[in-house]
Amino acid sequence: MQDTIPLTLVPSRESEAVVAPHSYYDEVWQRFRQDRTAVVSLGVLVLIVVCAAAAPLLTSHDPLQGDIAHRLLSIGTAGHILGTDEQGRDMLARLLYGARLSLLAGIVPVFLATIIGTAIGTVSGYAGRVIGAVLMRIMDVCYAFPAILLAIAMVASLGAGVANSILALSIVFIPPIARVAESATRQIVVQEYIEAARVSGASTFLVIVDQLLPNVFSPIFVYASGLVGLSIVAASGLSYLGLGAAPPTPEWGAMLNSLQASIYVQPVVVALPGFFIFVTSVAFNVLSNTLRDALDVKGTTRN
Amino acid sequence: MIDLTETGPAPFAESTPFLSVRNLRKQFPVKLGFRKTGYVSAVDDVSFDVMKGETLGIVGESGCGKSTTARLLLRLIEPDDGQVSFDGRDIRGGGRDEVRLLRRGIQMVFQDPYTSVNPRMSIGDNVAFPMKAHGIGKNERHERTEVLLEQVGLHRHHASYFPHQMSGGQLQRVNIARALALQPRLVICDEPVSALDKSIQAQVLNLLKDLQEQLQLTYLFISHDLNVVEYMSDHVLVMYLGHVVEACSSEALYREPLHPYSQVLLSSIPKVDAEAREPVASLSGDIPSPLNPPSGCRFRTRCPFAMDICAKERPIMRQPEPGHGVACHLYDTVPATRSA
Repeated sequence: MQDTIPLTLVPSRESEAVVAPHSYYDEVWQRFRQDRTAVVSLGVLVLIVVCAAAAPLLTSHDPLQGDIAHRLLSIGTAGHILGTDEQGRDMLARLLYGARLSLLAGIVPVFLATIIGTAIGTVSGYAGRVIGAVLMRIMDVCYAFPAILLAIAMVASLGAGVANSILALSIVFIPPIARVAESATRQIVVQEYIEAARVSGASTFLVIVDQLLPNVFSPIFVYASGLVGLSIVAASGLSYLGLGAAPPTPEWGAMLNSLQASIYVQPVVVALPGFFIFVTSVAFNVLSNTLRDALDVKGTTRN
Repeated sequence: MIDLTETGPAPFAESTPFLSVRNLRKQFPVKLGFRKTGYVSAVDDVSFDVMKGETLGIVGESGCGKSTTARLLLRLIEPDDGQVSFDGRDIRGGGRDEVRLLRRGIQMVFQDPYTSVNPRMSIGDNVAFPMKAHGIGKNERHERTEVLLEQVGLHRHHASYFPHQMSGGQLQRVNIARALALQPRLVICDEPVSALDKSIQAQVLNLLKDLQEQLQLTYLFISHDLNVVEYMSDHVLVMYLGHVVEACSSEALYREPLHPYSQVLLSSIPKVDAEAREPVASLSGDIPSPLNPPSGCRFRTRCPFAMDICAKERPIMRQPEPGHGVACHLYDTVPATRSA
């Protein structure tokens, strides 16, 4: 192995080496936590997820077991803190268990669409020319339909159910994510470090996975986190229309549907599932907005 | 200890060129919608030799085909025509594996230190990536990365840094370290210092020179800065619109440029010494569009000595002095030679 070259003119090598290395994501977190709204949103989301996961520990009521004698109790009733629904089922229990399905039906489609959309987008962006053009025009065709309408049409043809609603929403979200991934990829592939990676003799797969993906991840992640809010609303919407979770399964959208007849009796109780859909969706949107700012490196100076 | 490049000494190391390029040609189609409306002639009939351990400088205005030539040699772009042999082997043709092998032997230092280093990877990962691409184990990569960083004048602790924590000069050192990771024998430097401050330029150029001596590297040094090329190169190629117009030793070019274009280029270097200043011959007009290059000699539209023949015939490379090639009709009396 070669000797090191004695070097003059490298200023303050020793002192520089002491500076703590910190990655891009360290900086992102620094910026993120300066936004109090976003931190609160993150806290709310964590709380909802934890409560959904720990539902059996937080309530002793069975979300499916009704009690005709205690229908539509108001909020604050002893034993039923959030009241009961039209069949006398405990609202707190139903909201907690319902959160599981609502979150699942909202997040899973975005997760799946992100994986597939990113693969399609990066490949078209990297390959360019014919492959890229063909793939992206196919995406554009899907893009032409309004998201909710396409999802409804798909579930209607596949048959109602949570699995089909997740599948339909995944397919609906693939084109926009693919488009974000493709445009991000096209910006990155012209950078010299991608060329440098190709010069080094790396396979196309390694270049995409090691060099490209970490750089296109940020815009995709920001976009996907914003989609979760929409996805939760859409999933609840499908359930509300009777295309998602089937009663008596607790799910926020389905609960809204079954409760709506009682809106003049217990308006606050009826609004609860809607409130949770709203809060979760807004929290994801706030998170996404702050992430957009926090992930943007262009505002920072280099040295 | 890894050895990526051991092939034994070449039998005629001193007499045969290390890198030999003949009649290299590349045209880029220009498309309007689906119709091809023409071609940009980026590199046209370029020939040169580089000897082992020497530096060949390539100068010319932007758009003259310098960088395209570099990318053709690395097969980042496939040439339309021409022969390239590197260390006695023809590098044209051959599949993916041969390109990989070629790229072990030829590496490149890029122009912009900020965009040529991956911002999401640590410095160490950036430097180690070529080794990862060639399947070298993690521990070995790690060890070698530290050696490389120190070789280019950085500290081994810099491996854990991220690009945004380093200066342009430091990043260019990282760029060089990465280019050396596979122990190449030919390094193509594509404007390696043009994005840096003057003071940093000198450091990086000296580093490149030291490394060349120590590792017996051969350089292809591309720049538009004549002073930098003079400092670095043994031989110089002057390019204009995809053609080589003059090829000679660095010393000869700066002492007595023969081609009118080289003469203008050299007279445009600012000189500190007032006595040495000559009236600056400036070029009139813009560089012609490579889409529709002038017939005959491509420089004729801006040449102060343009004659009738210049529009009709493309000048061939002649050697008015031994080892000094020039493609210009002013030297038509000199018998033709193949190349410099």
